[in-house]
Amino acid sequence: MSLNTDPNFFTPGKRYFRAFSPGDDFYEALIDMHRELTDEQSAMVNARLILLLANHIGDIAVLREAMKIAREGA
Amino acid sequence: MLSTYQYPKFEYRRPPELAEGRAASEGRYPVVVVGAGPVGLAAAIDLAIHGVPVVLLDNDDTVSIGSRGVCYAKRALEIMDRLGCAEEMVRKGVSWNVGRTFFREQEVFNFNLCPEPDHHRPGMINLQQYYLEEYLVRRAQSLPNIDLRWKNNVIAVTDHGECVALRVETADGAYSIDTEWLVVADGARSPIRHMMGLDIEGKIFMDRFLIADVVMKADYPTERWFWFDPPFHPNQSVLLHRQADNVWRIDFQLGWNVDPEEEKKPENVIPRIKAMLGDDREFELEWVSVYTFQCRRMHEFRHGRLLFTGDAAHQVSPFGARGANSGIQDTDNLVWKLKLVLDGKAPAALLDTYSEERVAAADENLMNSTRSTDFITPKSATSRTFRNAVLGLAKDYPFARALVNSGRLSVPSFLVESRLNTPDSEVFAGHMVPGAPMDDAPIESAGGEQWLLQVAGNRFQLLYGMPDAGDVDAATATACAELAAGAIPVETLVVAERGQAPAGLRTLVDVKGRIRERYDLKPGTCYLIRPDQHVAARWRSFDLAKLRAALARATCNA
Ligand SMILES: Cc1cc2nc3c(=O)[nH]c(=O)nc-3n(C[C@H](O)[C@H](O)[C@H](O)COP(=O)(O)OP(=O)(O)OC[C@H]3O[C@@H](n4cnc5c(N)ncnc54)[C@H](O)[C@@H]3O)c2cc1C
Repeated sequence: MSLNTDPNFFTPGKRYFRAFSPGDDFYEALIDMHRELTDEQSAMVNARLILLLANHIGDIAVLREAMKIAREGA
Repeated sequence: MLSTYQYPKFEYRRPPELAEGRAASEGRYPVVVVGAGPVGLAAAIDLAIHGVPVVLLDNDDTVSIGSRGVCYAKRALEIMDRLGCAEEMVRKGVSWNVGRTFFREQEVFNFNLCPEPDHHRPGMINLQQYYLEEYLVRRAQSLPNIDLRWKNNVIAVTDHGECVALRVETADGAYSIDTEWLVVADGARSPIRHMMGLDIEGKIFMDRFLIADVVMKADYPTERWFWFDPPFHPNQSVLLHRQADNVWRIDFQLGWNVDPEEEKKPENVIPRIKAMLGDDREFELEWVSVYTFQCRRMHEFRHGRLLFTGDAAHQVSPFGARGANSGIQDTDNLVWKLKLVLDGKAPAALLDTYSEERVAAADENLMNSTRSTDFITPKSATSRTFRNAVLGLAKDYPFARALVNSGRLSVPSFLVESRLNTPDSEVFAGHMVPGAPMDDAPIESAGGEQWLLQVAGNRFQLLYGMPDAGDVDAATATACAELAAGAIPVETLVVAERGQAPAGLRTLVDVKGRIRERYDLKPGTCYLIRPDQHVAARWRSFDLAKLRAALARATCNA
C-alpha cells in the first residue's frame, strides 16, 4: 500500500449527492474539535489526533511517506 | 460614479379599493404576495401561470438598487424557463462554468460546475440583480391575472384563521384587503415577520466585505476567480466576477475592525483595485458598498395562512450564491401546492410540506455557506493553520483540492427526507431518487428539438420508458387516459428511442440516450414527476394502483 492522496472521505451508510460534501463533513468536524480551545490546547489535541490516526493506519512505510510530504510544507 | 444602468420607475396607480364610490371592502382575494423582489415576482408569475389571480404589493417603484445578486445557478434558470424569463437572462448575462482558486500567487484548484454534456442551461450566469427584476416585472406585466401595485406599503397584518387581513398605505390613503393566503416575500428585514412577532435565528459573521462594481474593458476569461491571501490584499480573500455591460464585481474581505464609511470612500477603494489590476488598467467605479452577512432562518416557513419565502424566511452569506437562487426554489416548491389547496384538491397540510422541504433545503444552504465562510475567514489560529495547510497541499494532492472551499455554489436540494416521496421498492442506478430535482436531457418531440425540462413541470407527469413508443399496449394507454382525466391530472410522456405513442399520449424521443442513462430508464420504467420537476416515485413497470397511491401521497391525499 502506498499513501492515498485521492479524495477518500465517506460516512458509512450515508448517500452523498455532491462530490464536495464528504470532505466538507470531515473538515467541519476537524474545526469543531478545536472550538474554544487555546492555541496550546489545540496543539496538544492535534498531536493526540495524529498519534491515534497513525496507529490506526499502522503501515509505517505509508506513515513515512505522509511525514515526508507534510514536512516539505514547513 | 458612472452608471451603465437606467433604473426604471414603475407607475403607481390608485388601487381599486380607494377608487371613488367603491365600498370599503372588495371581498376576498385568493392570494396576495408582498414584496416584488426576485422571489415575490417569481411567486406571482408562477401563480398566474397556474391560473390563480394574484395581487402583488411592493412599497417601492423600481428594481433592486446597487450591488446585490450576481450569480444565478442552473436550477434557477430552469425554473425561470418554466416562468418564461430564462431566455432573456441568459442572453444578457455572462454564462460560465469554470471557477479558479488562487493561494498567494499560485492557482491551486479549479472546478467545472457542469462537467456533463447535454444540459440546456449553463452551470451559472452572472447578471446584475436589477436586470433579473426588470425581466420578471416585464413578464408579470404581460400576464393579465397579476395586479401589480407599486408604492403600496403593507403596514398591518392580521391572521383571522379563515383569512388574512392586510392594511396597506398609499399616497391616496390607506385601505384594507382580505386574502385567503399571504405569500410573504418582503426581504431580509421582513416587516411582516416583525408585525407577527416571529423569530428568525442564526448568527452574524464578524467580518466585513467591500463590494465594488467597476466598469472596465478587460479580456479576462469568463470564470470565477477567487484568491486566498493574494499579494495585492494580504491575509484576506478577494473574489472577481464578470457581469453584463463590462461591469465587474470585486469583493474584498476587510476583517471586522474597519470603518465601513471610510472604506467606501473612492480614495480608499481605488488604491485597492489598482493594487489588484495594476496601475495601467482603466476603470470607473459604478457602485461601492460594505456588507456584513448573516446566516439564519425562521423555525417554520408556514404560519397559519402566511407563507414565508426568500430572504424573509432565510438568509445566507453570499459565498455560494444561495440567496435569490434558493428563494426562487422556495416559490417553485410552494406554488403548485398552493394551487391544489386553493382548488380544494389537497388539504392545507400540503403547505406544511412546503415548510418541511424548504426548511431542509435552507439548512443545507446554511450549512454549506457557513462552511465556506468558516474556511474563507478562519476563526482561530488553528483553523487558519489548517486552512493554509489545505491550500498548500492542494496544488499537488487531489484530496486537498476537494477540501478547498471558496464557496459551494448553489445547487438544488435532494428532498430525500420528504414525506411526499414514495420510497423505492426496486433497484435503480444513478441519482434520480425520490425527491431528486430532475436532470435535464435533450429530446425531440412534436415541438421539434427541445429539452426535457422544457416539457416537464406545471403539472404531475409520468415518464414512461418504452424503446418503441408504438409498443405501449392498449391497456396501459387506457390507464394513462384515466390518469390524465383524474381530479389531479397526470400527463404521460412516453420516453422512446423511436416510434409514436398511441393517440392521446405524448412521445419524447431520447435523442442522445441521456434520459435512459441519467434516469436508469429501462423498458417499462415509470417515474412520477411533481409539478416542480422533482421525482415523487418510480417503478420498473406500469401499475395504475401504485401510481394513484403515489399521487395521493405526493399531494397529502393519502
Ligand atoms: C452583495 C450581495 C451579493 C449577493 N449575491 C447573490 C448572488 O450572487 N446570487 C444570489 O442568488 N443571491 C445573491 N444575493 C442575495 C439576493 O440579493 C437576495 O437573496 C434576494 O434579493 C432576495 O430576494 P427577496 O425577493 O426574498 O427579497 P428582496 O429582494 O429584499 O425584496 C423584498 C421586496 O419587498 C418589498 N417590501 C419590503 N417591505 C414591504 C412592505 N411592508 N410592503 C410592501 N413591500 C415591501 C421591498 O421593497 C422589496 O422590493 C446577494 C446579496 C448581496 C447583498
